[in-house]
Amino acid sequence: MRYVKLPVAVIVAVLLASGSYFVVPVPAATVGPVTDPIGVVKVNKGQPITIAYWLVIAGPDASLGIDSRRGIEIAIDDKKKVAGFSVKLIGEDSGCNAEGGVTAATKLAANKAIVAAIGSSCSSEARPGAPILWKAGIVTVSPSNTAPVLTAADRGPDYGGYLRTAHNDSVQGKVAAEFAFKVLKVKKAATIHDGSPYAEGLANVFGDVFTRLAGAGAITAREAISPTDTDMRPVLTKIAATKPDLLYFPIFTAAGGFVVRQAKEVAGLANVKLMSADGTFSPDFRKAAGDAVVGVYNSSPDLTKLGPGYAKFLEKHQKKYGEKPLSAFHPHAYDAALVIFAAIEKVGKKDAQGNLYIGRQALRDALFATKNFKGLTGTLTCNQFGDCADPKIAVYVTVSADPAKWNPGTDPKQIYP
Amino acid sequence: MQRGPLRRLSFVDLYLWGVRISVLAVVLWGSFGTFQADCPSALTLCDFKSKYAADVWLDFIVFGLSQGSVYALIALGYTMVYGILRMINFAHGEIFMSGAYTAYYVAAALGRSGFLNRNPLVSLAVVLVVGMAISTAIALILERVAYRPLRRAPRLVPLISAIGASFFLQYTFRGFFGSGFQAYPEWQIFKGEWAIGGVGILRTQAVVITASVLLMMALYIFVMRTKTGTAMRAVSEDLEVAALMGINVDRVIVVTFGIGAAAAGAAGVLYALVFKQVHFFMGFNPGIKAFTAAVLGGIGNIPGAMVGGLFLGLFESVGPILFLEGLRVPGIYPTGIPAPYQLKDVIAFTMLVMVLIFRPSGILGERLATKKA
Repeated sequence: MRYVKLPVAVIVAVLLASGSYFVVPVPAATVGPVTDPIGVVKVNKGQPITIAYWLVIAGPDASLGIDSRRGIEIAIDDKKKVAGFSVKLIGEDSGCNAEGGVTAATKLAANKAIVAAIGSSCSSEARPGAPILWKAGIVTVSPSNTAPVLTAADRGPDYGGYLRTAHNDSVQGKVAAEFAFKVLKVKKAATIHDGSPYAEGLANVFGDVFTRLAGAGAITAREAISPTDTDMRPVLTKIAATKPDLLYFPIFTAAGGFVVRQAKEVAGLANVKLMSADGTFSPDFRKAAGDAVVGVYNSSPDLTKLGPGYAKFLEKHQKKYGEKPLSAFHPHAYDAALVIFAAIEKVGKKDAQGNLYIGRQALRDALFATKNFKGLTGTLTCNQFGDCADPKIAVYVTVSADPAKWNPGTDPKQIYP
Repeated sequence: MQRGPLRRLSFVDLYLWGVRISVLAVVLWGSFGTFQADCPSALTLCDFKSKYAADVWLDFIVFGLSQGSVYALIALGYTMVYGILRMINFAHGEIFMSGAYTAYYVAAALGRSGFLNRNPLVSLAVVLVVGMAISTAIALILERVAYRPLRRAPRLVPLISAIGASFFLQYTFRGFFGSGFQAYPEWQIFKGEWAIGGVGILRTQAVVITASVLLMMALYIFVMRTKTGTAMRAVSEDLEVAALMGINVDRVIVVTFGIGAAAAGAAGVLYALVFKQVHFFMGFNPGIKAFTAAVLGGIGNIPGAMVGGLFLGLFESVGPILFLEGLRVPGIYPTGIPAPYQLKDVIAFTMLVMVLIFRPSGILGERLATKKA
């Protein structure tokens, strides 16, 4: 009997381990007037269409997700009715890490009433989370994932239901490197990433483009920390020994705050220029970094070239929430919501009683077929891998250390292009 | 008939010796590689030279000591409670957090009114006292509610209770104060460096190291020289006999929790002085590291906790630079491992395993009699 226990235990362990990713795939269905290979959502007459978000709305990076959620809410207010139905927004916090992404996606995947999802905020969440949602047939449009790997040509069929209205970091890294070389005229730079797909991807793109511009050996150090690290001084001392002129750290608010504070204390880095990216583009970063944040550069979506529709958006935002937008991805979230609404109106069919039927595969195909869609961020056209953005990246410099004076465009001031 | 020494070696012994030798080889090869800077290949012997100057190495050591002294203060709480109750107080990391977080509000108020920079030492003392008082209060409540009723229960039960208390404290603080972080105000006189013996040391780190050393000395004198300290040592040796000798065991346990918590609260404020950010989850990582440090130094042993904390801080700070960066693997990593600081936690815990494999009772620990274990 004893000899049976070990193989049984091994089998049970393997089953448990694989079961955590065992989401029931949606079977083909014919409901009402719609037949769809991966299922149909029925919205009864008088009920709202359910859209879900999975964004980081708690923790040190909460400003990123809350900002996107507000963009969605304003889009819902503006659109009022989709195919004659009102829209209900539900959602989960995704925590800006892989575990949070899995939890949020699993919870949403279990809800069969969700038509489409908007999210996630951080690329580290989307990596495991988007396949979970797509397994359940829920398509997701991300307003702020920027890691190149999520829309790469070899991303695989698991990401078949994933699109994004945010830019691809291959654009952002290039703009940041060009700014550093052409405007700041630095010849040597060092990068720090935090191991997440976003940070590592962006640091690599910056490194490659900067090396191409400034020559071999222009990147003096490529270092990494983990996002929960607090003591950056050893890494910064190590980097200081290589004598860079610029430090590029495309990480998130908590770790970025430590880097900025401690960079000023490390001998050898006192005169080095500091540059971060859109992960720290929020007033919370000023709180985290204190007085040392003055003069820090940020590459981020360009919010000053978005046209008259954006001015109206800002007015509505100020009236509804009483403050300036907390991050840079609210227009992308607005566009994500509008793109989804347009696709629902295109593929949704009503029966004689007025109930709405939306085929999931048809919705996905309509989203990927989006062409020349006029949104807040520009003209959106989705390619076959899910990149829909019309990217415009700018570089900002932080003028004051006061979180209350946060006003994207003025403080932080946009200085490039 | 006695079996020869070779026959007495079991498979496990061989495996343990294999692990010891391989980790030691990695450390030695990596350290050797660090001092072979600018060497074209891993297979040639070059001059002994390091990429970093001597004062950079000294910087790393000071960072390690500063971080290590915070770990040491927290580890004292773990080790004292284990010594007396044979229980690991997993909620100790949250006691550390509660002191730092609550003292933030006092520090912010002092900062806003300007008192902070007019009388910096007085305000530091006030913030420290508030932090220590809150930590002690929470630890005493915890002892009364979560641990005392379970004193006669099997050993695992208070452990589970401690884990539950840890979650409870984390999310209570999250509920009251939100999930974002708060930033401590800056003490202007602690900005910059002091030149000590011709070397520049960051002022905040010097303050942390000095304050920790003073607190640890005070605690050691308390435990070794006062009546209550002697009672604590007696209870930790044998609880029942100490009760027979007329020692009020309950009171001694309360005092132990209180002192450990006061040390953790002070550690919290010092940690916040250096890192400035406090949030509800900040106690988790330092708590685990401090527990590791306590085990490293010999759990139940107070100087052991101090030594373990300092060692762990040094491993974390100097370790990646000393042997990970120079770990040249011909073919895969010809110039050493890239971005070694990502693996700093790996090093800290591997060193723990190494010390325990070579010396299972920790650096200063004694092999406990089976009756106590």
